[in-house]
Amino acid sequence: MNSKRTAALTQQLVYIGPALLFFGITIIIPFVMGMYYSFTDWNGVSGNVEWVGLDNFKQIFTNDSAFAQSFWFTTKFTIVGVLLTNLVGFFLAYFLTKNIRARNWLRTIFFMPNVIGGLLLGFIWQFIFIKGFATVGEATGIPFFNLPWLGDEVTGFWGIIMVFVWQSSGYLMVIYIASITNVSKEVMEAAEIDGANRFQVLKSIIVPLIMPAVTVCLFLAISWSFKMFDLNLSLTKGGPYRSTESLAMNVYNEAFLNNRYGLGTAKSLIFFLVVAVITLIQVRLTKQKEVEA
Amino acid sequence: MRSKKPPMSASTIVLQIVMVMVALIFLAPFYFLLVNSVKSLGDIMVDAANWPTAFHFDNYSKAWEMTRFPEAFTNSIIITVISNLIIALLSAMAAYRMVRSNTRFNRIVFMLFVSAMVIPFQSIMIPLLQVINFLGVNNSIVGLILSYLGLGIPLSVFLFHGFVKGIPLEIEEAATVDGASPFRVFARIVMPMLKPMMVTVIILNCLWVWNDYLLPSLILQSPELRTIPLATFAFFGQYSKQWDMALPALVLGITPIIIFFLSLQKYIVEGVAAGSVKG
Repeated sequence: MNSKRTAALTQQLVYIGPALLFFGITIIIPFVMGMYYSFTDWNGVSGNVEWVGLDNFKQIFTNDSAFAQSFWFTTKFTIVGVLLTNLVGFFLAYFLTKNIRARNWLRTIFFMPNVIGGLLLGFIWQFIFIKGFATVGEATGIPFFNLPWLGDEVTGFWGIIMVFVWQSSGYLMVIYIASITNVSKEVMEAAEIDGANRFQVLKSIIVPLIMPAVTVCLFLAISWSFKMFDLNLSLTKGGPYRSTESLAMNVYNEAFLNNRYGLGTAKSLIFFLVVAVITLIQVRLTKQKEVEA
Repeated sequence: MRSKKPPMSASTIVLQIVMVMVALIFLAPFYFLLVNSVKSLGDIMVDAANWPTAFHFDNYSKAWEMTRFPEAFTNSIIITVISNLIIALLSAMAAYRMVRSNTRFNRIVFMLFVSAMVIPFQSIMIPLLQVINFLGVNNSIVGLILSYLGLGIPLSVFLFHGFVKGIPLEIEEAATVDGASPFRVFARIVMPMLKPMMVTVIILNCLWVWNDYLLPSLILQSPELRTIPLATFAFFGQYSKQWDMALPALVLGITPIIIFFLSLQKYIVEGVAAGSVKG
C-alpha cells in the first residue's frame, strides 16, 4: 500500500512537477508580486519600496488623462477591430467554401500575413503608408491615398485597424472554413429544396450552426485587439501626441520609460481585470447562442 | 487523383474574379516591399510603384551584414527550437497525468492553467523581470527560454488535455497487463498517439516564439543575443528613412517564416483549426 502511494507520488512529481514549476516561476509568482507592487511606489531601481495603499489607483482614475485616453483608444480599437476581422474572416471563408478554382491557393494567400510577426508587419506597412500610398495617390488622384497616413489621430487609428485586419482575418478565416465545412450538406440542400434563398441559408442555417466557431473567433479577436502592442509600436509608437497609444503600450511606457514600476503594475492589474471580465462576459453570451445541429 | 470539378456557373465565375482581386490586394504590400528592396534610394523616392530600372542587390548584402543577420537567425532558431521541444514534452506529460489521474489536486492545477490563459503578458512582465534577475538569468538565452516555458505551458496543456481525453484507456491497460512500466507506457504508447496534437502545439508555439518581440526585448540586452525581431527593430530605428537599407532588412526578416509557412502550410492551417476547437 505504501509503495503504491510512493509510486503515485513519484509519477505525479515526474509528470506534473516540471510544468507546474515553470508555470509557478513565470506566471504565479510574478502575478502575486504584481499585486503587491501595485500598492507601492516602487521605481524599479532602488531597493526602497514603500507601501502607498490605494494611491496608485487614485492617481490612475483621477489624474491620468493619458491612461483614460489609451483606454478609450483601446476600446474603440477593439470594437472596430473585432467586427471587421470577423466579418472579413467569415466572408472570406464563406466564399472560399464555394466551388471556385484555386481556392487552396487563395486560402494560403489570405493566411500568409498572419505568420509574420506584428513588429515586422508594422514596419512593412509604414513603408506602404508613407511611400506606397503616396505613389498610388499621385498616379490615380484618389483622395483616400493622399491622406496624411499615420500622421494624425484619425489616420493613425484606421491605419492600425487596416493592418490588424490584414494580419488577423486569415486566421479567423481558417477557423470559419473548418466550421462551415462541418455544416452538413443535407441540411443545406433540404433548405434549398424548401425554397430558401442564399441569404436565408446563410442567416438561418450557416450562422446558427457555426456559433461555436463564432465564440472562438470573437474570443481570439478580442484578446488580440485588446492586448495589441507590436503593431502599435511599429506603426505609430502611440503618436502623434499619444493619441494612438494602446493600453498595453501605456502600461509599458509607465514602467519602462517613466520608471514608475509601482504605478505600472497597478495599471497592469486593472488591465488584467478588464480582460478577465470581458472574456467571461463574452464567452457566456455567445455560449447561450450555440445550437445543436 | 483529382476529382473532376463540376462546371462553374456565371455567378461563380464572378465570385472567382472578385476573390482573385481581393487576393491581389492582400499581396500588394509584398509587391511594394520586394520591388523597392532592390532599388536605389533615389528611385524609391521618385516612384515606389514601378518595376526597378536597375537592380541593386548590394542592398541585401549591406542589410545582411549590418543587421548581423546570420547571428540573429541562429539565436532565433536556438530559442524557438529548444523552448518548443521542452514545452511540448512537459505539457504532454502534465496533460496526460491530469486526465489519467483525476484527483482534486490535479483538477485545481488544470483550472489554474486554464485561468492563467486570460492573464495578459503585460500584467506580469514587470515582476517577471524581477524573478528573472533574481534567478541570475537576465540577459541570457536561458532566461528567455525559461520564461517561454512557463508562458507557453498553459495553452499547450489545455490543448493536450482535450486530446488525451479522447484516447481510449484499453490500449494502455493492455500494455500494463503485459508488464510495461507506467513511464514505458507513456513513452511508447501514449506519445505516438499524441502526434497530431503535438504538431498543432508545436506550430502554434513556433509562430508565437519566433515572432515575439516584447519579451526578448526586455530580457536580452546584449546585441549579440538579438533575435530577428530585435535585430530588425534596432536596425529600423537607425535607418527608418533609408528605405534602401530598411526594406531589404525586412525582406530578410520575413523570409525564414514565409519559407516555413509555405513548406508546411497544410499542417499549419490544420493546426490552427485544430488548436482553436475548444477542448
